[in-house]
Amino acid sequence: MRITVTVNGQPHTRDVEPRLLLVHFLRDELGLTGTHWGCDTSNCGVCTVHLDGVPVKSCTVLAVMADGHEVTTVEGLERDGELDVVQRGFVECHGLQCGFCTPGMLLTARWLLDRRPDPDEAEIREAISGQLCRCTGYENIVRSIRWAAEAQS
Amino acid sequence: MHRKEDARFIRGRGTYVDDVRLPGMLHGAVLRSPHAHARIVSVDVSAAEAHPKVRAVITGQTLAGLNLAWMPTLSNDVQAVLATDKVRFQGQEVAFVVAEDRYAARDALELIEVEYEPLDAVVDARTALAPGAPLIRDDLEGKADNHIFDWEAGDRDRTAAIFEEAEVTVAQDMLYPRVHPAPLETCGAVADFDKVTGKLTVWCPTQAPHAHRTLYAMVAGLPEHKIRVISPDIGGGFGGKVGIYPGYVCAIVGSIVTGRPVKWMEDRSENLMSTAFARDYHMRGEVAATRDGRVRAIRVKVLADHGAFNGTAQPTKFPAGFFHVFTGSYDLESAHCEVSGVYTNKAPGGVAYACSFRVTEAVYLVERMMDVLAAELGVDPAELRMRNLLRPDQFPYTSPTGWEYDSGDYPKALRLAMDMAGYDKLRAEQAGKRARGELMGIGVSFFTEAVGAGPRKHMDILGLGMADGAELRVHPTGKAVLRVSCQSQGQGHETTFAQIVGHELGIPADDVEVVHGDTDQTPFGLGTYGSRSTPVSGAAAAIVARKVRDRAKLVAAAMLEASPDDLEWGDGRWSVVGDPSSGRSLAEIALAAHSNLELPEGVEGHLDAVTVYNPPNLTYPFGAYICAVDVDPGTGQVKVRRFVAVDDCGVRINPTIVEGQIHGGLADGIGMALMQVMAFDEDGNHLGASFMDYLLPTSMECPSWELGETVSPSPFHPIGAKGVGESATVGSPAAVVNAVVDALAPYGVRHADMPLTPANVWRTVNGDPFRTDLAIP
Repeated sequence: MRITVTVNGQPHTRDVEPRLLLVHFLRDELGLTGTHWGCDTSNCGVCTVHLDGVPVKSCTVLAVMADGHEVTTVEGLERDGELDVVQRGFVECHGLQCGFCTPGMLLTARWLLDRRPDPDEAEIREAISGQLCRCTGYENIVRSIRWAAEAQS
Repeated sequence: MHRKEDARFIRGRGTYVDDVRLPGMLHGAVLRSPHAHARIVSVDVSAAEAHPKVRAVITGQTLAGLNLAWMPTLSNDVQAVLATDKVRFQGQEVAFVVAEDRYAARDALELIEVEYEPLDAVVDARTALAPGAPLIRDDLEGKADNHIFDWEAGDRDRTAAIFEEAEVTVAQDMLYPRVHPAPLETCGAVADFDKVTGKLTVWCPTQAPHAHRTLYAMVAGLPEHKIRVISPDIGGGFGGKVGIYPGYVCAIVGSIVTGRPVKWMEDRSENLMSTAFARDYHMRGEVAATRDGRVRAIRVKVLADHGAFNGTAQPTKFPAGFFHVFTGSYDLESAHCEVSGVYTNKAPGGVAYACSFRVTEAVYLVERMMDVLAAELGVDPAELRMRNLLRPDQFPYTSPTGWEYDSGDYPKALRLAMDMAGYDKLRAEQAGKRARGELMGIGVSFFTEAVGAGPRKHMDILGLGMADGAELRVHPTGKAVLRVSCQSQGQGHETTFAQIVGHELGIPADDVEVVHGDTDQTPFGLGTYGSRSTPVSGAAAAIVARKVRDRAKLVAAAMLEASPDDLEWGDGRWSVVGDPSSGRSLAEIALAAHSNLELPEGVEGHLDAVTVYNPPNLTYPFGAYICAVDVDPGTGQVKVRRFVAVDDCGVRINPTIVEGQIHGGLADGIGMALMQVMAFDEDGNHLGASFMDYLLPTSMECPSWELGETVSPSPFHPIGAKGVGESATVGSPAAVVNAVVDALAPYGVRHADMPLTPANVWRTVNGDPFRTDLAIP
């Protein structure tokens, strides 16, 4: 099937099999390898991207379903050489270690702050509960998102 | 300082193995056994070979022709790369397909016909040695049973004598269930064999790239200088990426066979089913004590389930790792342990998941036993520990099983944790709740770790001594490159090792680039696991920097036309004693070292050094943990309300990174204590082989951690630093379990096995606990 997906503002047209997962479309077809793949049951969330502004697990979306839609990946968070405030928050508060869950966490954090500019700890924990991290024990991710909320207000 | 690694990771610019793309690269996939134990009657790959996108199908027979059907393990056993005679665990590798893309490779797996003749499986380790138990390893010459090894440590007779005369003895059976480190990035490899140069390059997320290179050379008969292992950014290791897996060998063979690069990436269920598990120790602990709560001796018997191949990663002389540190933080008269390993029809592994070579099991055993004894004596668990902790003046302390603990002030750490937790208030709150029929529990765990393997005389991996090299080169403009053999998987080595060198040379850490993970570029060493990076490579980094500083002194002497004996180091400069204005910074000295400055006889110029650090001892970090839980008596649901963790790892190179390490390990403790288990049914079907069933803690199960620290430097380490990465994983499960058992005390519960899921807690309360590792009771 021929599809056109706008990724980080850039339209991409490709012929793909209907069964191709969006995560593999992004990684293998477009070379956007910031989006990771960590499980095969839609639990871990390291593949999280925005589809029309909403976080989705791209391992659970077919590339053809994204035809005509807008996708944002971690590579699209930085604008004009300026890091997104959530990216800065994760650096400031040591919200990452191996970095494998980080792209997905960042996109969920961005989505959360777009909707709730001043989330409390419980709201942050609930927002990221669909995403596993094996390194940080979550504490510094929560702090990173709080830092970002305060920095952007 | 901010981590250097973060800049690329927050932008999606890390390079993990599945991000590697080479021209002409093919994709491999592994066909796996649906049976736990079955004879292979036939393998028909003709339909798969006929698939238009398939470039090669490799079977056990293909590998047997290359003498590669079996490979050595890290425990001097052998493991099937692709099964030839029979399969010995569910998920075992049977065939390997190489195709043009990853989807086609998976399609082709379904075209392979394997005829199996099912055999009875050994699932419960307790029955592995029973007469008539199915024989798993009939490939081993003369092997007639499922026994692997017996090993013991300590003084058997003296310990027995103390038990005979002791005022009080307690005993408890406990299982540390089989779990899995489950790094978010699974294992995989990109193998590229260049027929023209004869050079094999393997990108692989290995924690020990140099050991991999040497083993590939030994196994495949390739010359070692023609093998380059590149460990790129790794998405977590936790011990799951130490050994060599069959998929790596298959990718290498696939590349040799097809003449093209071959990528193999396992998926999550493959990772959980076939890569190194952790724990699976069936332990019986016994404690002998005085009536007033002096612990005199501990005796332990362990049955260790190692799966179908003994692939346990540990130093050669230690088949049960460092389990014999089980005397923990206490001053005992004597101790003894016996460990027996058995084969079962499960995946190999055992040492993984931040265990520090079985210290997780050792600490869990002793910290559970202390609570069992406390319950028997009616003494508060914190008070019982305080009475028995080693005193600061006893260090260096030789334990009854022969470990020489380096340093510590244990009572101080426990008191700090109790103060932070408000221990007495917590106990009062608990009493109030109990009176109202509510279940609240408080768990204490005081642990001593043993990390930094290790002294070459005693410790080797397959004959490779556990020393690590470091090379440091200072460029003419004063910027430095440090090359090390350890291999970060998120622990922040690129930052902390730069800090060590920067501190020693008086230059900014940002001016030090840390190179790791490429065997063509870095000095030999055994890699990162067992929290050994700071104890071994960290020491090497400090020492190589001091060597450079010493060389710089000779150059500075030439610059200043002074005797080296008249120079002193201070403020990042060499200067003439008593004349700070004469000082020359390292950058100035580096430029001079590369210039036409006339140097004394024997000084070669340039500014670099190499070293190999052979540690004189392990380091022994320790910690005091206190956990408070609420348990819902109606559902058995456990809520971890608070977790206080005081860690002492000596000098902290980067406190922020240390705290992050501890946070992650504490989450491991919650996961193991409450959620994680690899269970099997009676046929050996793996019941926890996906994240649907193998549960990992999310942000919702973890409380906000409360950390404290004390500092007891390691006296022999060049910068006084001890390892810490695994401390929290080692120390925290007992704190959580102790808290839950404490909460259930009104029901007469003295022990319950992990994971304390709602179902297990509910059944424990109702007097009907089940075996958590087996679907059958």
